[in-house]
Amino acid sequence: MLVRRVWPSRPTFDSPFSDFDQVRREMLRLLDTVAGETFGDVGAGVFPPMNITQDDDNFYLRAEVPGIKPNELSISAVRNRVSLAGKREIQQEHERVSYHRKERAEGTFNRTVTLPTEVNAERVDARYVDGILTLTLPKAEEAKPRQITVRT
Amino acid sequence: MAREGRTEIQKTEKTGVPTVPEQTRPGPVYSPSVDIFENDNSITVLADMPGVKAQDLKIDLRESVLTLSGRVTWPEGPNELDVLREYQMGTFLRQFTLSETIDQAKIDAKLTDGVLRLELPKVERARPRQISVRTD
Repeated sequence: MLVRRVWPSRPTFDSPFSDFDQVRREMLRLLDTVAGETFGDVGAGVFPPMNITQDDDNFYLRAEVPGIKPNELSISAVRNRVSLAGKREIQQEHERVSYHRKERAEGTFNRTVTLPTEVNAERVDARYVDGILTLTLPKAEEAKPRQITVRT
Repeated sequence: MAREGRTEIQKTEKTGVPTVPEQTRPGPVYSPSVDIFENDNSITVLADMPGVKAQDLKIDLRESVLTLSGRVTWPEGPNELDVLREYQMGTFLRQFTLSETIDQAKIDAKLTDGVLRLELPKVERARPRQISVRTD
């Protein structure tokens, strides 16, 4: 590999994948830069936007669903999947109003997310406060982290 | 996509806003989605501000500039680790210039399930009058 030693930066074809890999990494890095600084985190593009967090015992799913009646939400959990369905209705105003802005969306939604581990579907707790739906999903016993003590 | 004659709701990304003047409170600022309509008697503003509590919502009307700002309390506990993050939290801020003269004393604001409903009644003299045309 004399060529390599003389011009180390020159592309060679003896390991084509390393070049692709380099390009791929560079593109991902650029994408990360753009996404991180301009758009924030880009979601799945499906309503409602969700944040999911976890601690040792639970998953917490929070969704921004302003202006929905809690009894119009349908939530179901099975194994490690959670489904959220409902509709958002914007009530009709009196006739004889003229609109300056109409940006708030209405319609139906139906979304399923998969959690990293199974949850105890019997003990899922749902709360709706200030337009945010919070689900507390206890992790299944076998999915909880266990402390392992080292014997001496 | 339509079911039962309805359309599926489209997700809209929160839009960040450059704030003028600059905020002293750190953190991102977002523009809430609004509906604004008016009839002969009043202007109504509906704004989606999920996560804002009534005591953290400020509505200010001076020199016909209406400012809505609401701060979102961080709901997550200190031990929670991210699994998925699709929306950010911060302050909702939006300003409008109102052309009609508003009766400041009768402004009514209500925050229900993360939606603000703001009624801005017009003062008497700003209301349109029907002018009848006489014929000879």
